[in-house]
Amino acid sequence: MPHRAGPCILAFPRASDRRRGSGRRSGAARLACAALAALAALGALTPAALADAPDRVVSMNLCTDQLAMLIADDGQLHSVSHVALDPRASAMADEAARHRINHGRAEEVYLMQPDLVLTSTLSARHTTAMLRRLGIPVITLAPANSLEDVHDRILEMGAALGREDRARAIAAAFDEDLARLRATATTRPSAVLYYANGYTLGDQTLAGQILLAAGFSNAASAAGYETGMRMPLEVLAMTAPDTVVTSRRYPGASRAEDIMDHPVVQALRHSSTAAAIADHDWLCGTPHVLRAIESLVRTRRALQGDGS
Amino acid sequence: MSRLAIGLCLLVIALFAASLLIGPAGTGPGESLAALFAGDGGPLTLVMREIRLPRAILALMIGASLGLAGAAMQGYLRNPLAEPGLIGVSGSAALGAVLSLQTGLAAAFALALPLSALLGALIGMGLVMALAGPRGGSLTLILAGIAVSALAAALTSLVLNLSPNPFAANEIVFWMMGSLADRSFTHVLLALPLMALGALLLALVGRGLDALTLGEDAAGAMGIDMRRLRLTIVTGTACVVGAGTAVAGAIGFVGLVVPHVLRPLVGARPSRLLWASALGGAAMLLAADIAVRVILPARDLKLGVVTALVGAPLFLHLILKLRTERI
Repeated sequence: MPHRAGPCILAFPRASDRRRGSGRRSGAARLACAALAALAALGALTPAALADAPDRVVSMNLCTDQLAMLIADDGQLHSVSHVALDPRASAMADEAARHRINHGRAEEVYLMQPDLVLTSTLSARHTTAMLRRLGIPVITLAPANSLEDVHDRILEMGAALGREDRARAIAAAFDEDLARLRATATTRPSAVLYYANGYTLGDQTLAGQILLAAGFSNAASAAGYETGMRMPLEVLAMTAPDTVVTSRRYPGASRAEDIMDHPVVQALRHSSTAAAIADHDWLCGTPHVLRAIESLVRTRRALQGDGS
Repeated sequence: MSRLAIGLCLLVIALFAASLLIGPAGTGPGESLAALFAGDGGPLTLVMREIRLPRAILALMIGASLGLAGAAMQGYLRNPLAEPGLIGVSGSAALGAVLSLQTGLAAAFALALPLSALLGALIGMGLVMALAGPRGGSLTLILAGIAVSALAAALTSLVLNLSPNPFAANEIVFWMMGSLADRSFTHVLLALPLMALGALLLALVGRGLDALTLGEDAAGAMGIDMRRLRLTIVTGTACVVGAGTAVAGAIGFVGLVVPHVLRPLVGARPSRLLWASALGGAAMLLAADIAVRVILPARDLKLGVVTALVGAPLFLHLILKLRTERI
């Protein structure tokens, strides 16, 4: 892999001035960076324009961690976030253990001297703003709210890492598997996504789309409860969905999660032999969502008593 | 007396029925009661039997416990400001409950939850009694209560903040203010044994408290064993408050408001105030639990908010009254 002249500064001339003083940057690289900065300022950064792929990448967000681990070349990804180590949240905890771990703090990330930082658009803005001021290029990826978004994020990650071919191959495999899994069932059993404190999710979320792709209908949406709304237990009981998908509990106790063990929820789950639990496969827009869909399809088949 | 008893019983029955009939499912009363008693196995039966019935029963039990504990403590300390919430017994019970939940003790052995809360309540109550002395004035009692409450609240927050569970820290407010949302029969069964034991103990102290109104020496001369009386009241109060707090969090002011309102109606006799306060406490908590569901149906407004809104002004009134009387 060709060595880069130094980190490109995207539209932050102050930091760029500071760097120039170090004398490490050639005139040509400076020009290229100026062009890039202009592109980035227009919001039109097509990473294909990056002449060289970054070779010391730090990811600070669970979802960019996993996409980067899937797509990056050997040795390209330097560090992932500590959340990626947690098997409850991360589908790639073992893989993450092979990388250096960061805690998403500007100071530690800066000291790693990355030539690219990847994070989510929802991540701490002060941290990313500070990194940019310090002259480190940061690329943010929006969270996936649909399965189409998953495809797009894979390609965006490929572009950011200069690994377009690998990303295109993964995206194509994802599309193919998704098409195979996507339910063509005519009768859709109803399900509710029911999390701690009685929060539910609607159709316009990744989990909602997983539910639909596996051939369920979202009974919470049908009852008028959208994303981020609390569905009272009573309403859940009256809605009487065919199954309830709950989330995995954290260690230590909380009253918030007790609701998922309430007799009402248990009564609605008992009919299903394989009541689904939304785990690490559900959290991020990566090809791992296919595993979530697959297990949910099994739940639906068990509910319907056959392979429909 | 019997008129008061009948009136209070009717009030409790009416509020219990209202508690069963009010909820976000929004079904008709006839339909709801039919589903409760007939039980066709449909969704409404599930709502009535697994959500509303345990909630109403818990409000009844915990309200009665708090009223009883308040009346017994006020009778023993001869101080209208004595109340489990104000003097830190509920807060200490919450600390015990939180410790057993976060250490995993409650998961290993179900009754560990109410028993830890009982232990917390006993320690809290012992501390307050020791600090305020057997005949402590209002000021020392309240100051001791503030100290114990503050310490218990700080330790509860610390334990919840140290929990690996990301939801735990948000539950500080539940443990401080109390709520009956989304409870089930599991919680009724957890609280019942200790609460029944405590209520039985407190029901036995009526004669002793009546004698105590004449002064400790007179009570002693009438054959009342003061040490035994104190032990019974401390244990009984810790049992009922511990069991209630373990499943519903610390709910304040019920034990303050109810005996105060009912005292003139029972001729200021502590033995009669005991049962009247139990009924009154049940009515007050049922009403408060209905209020939180009517005011903010979609959210879990804490019970302590409503009881404090009623109780705090009364508390201020009592302080003013004591000031004019004693200074």
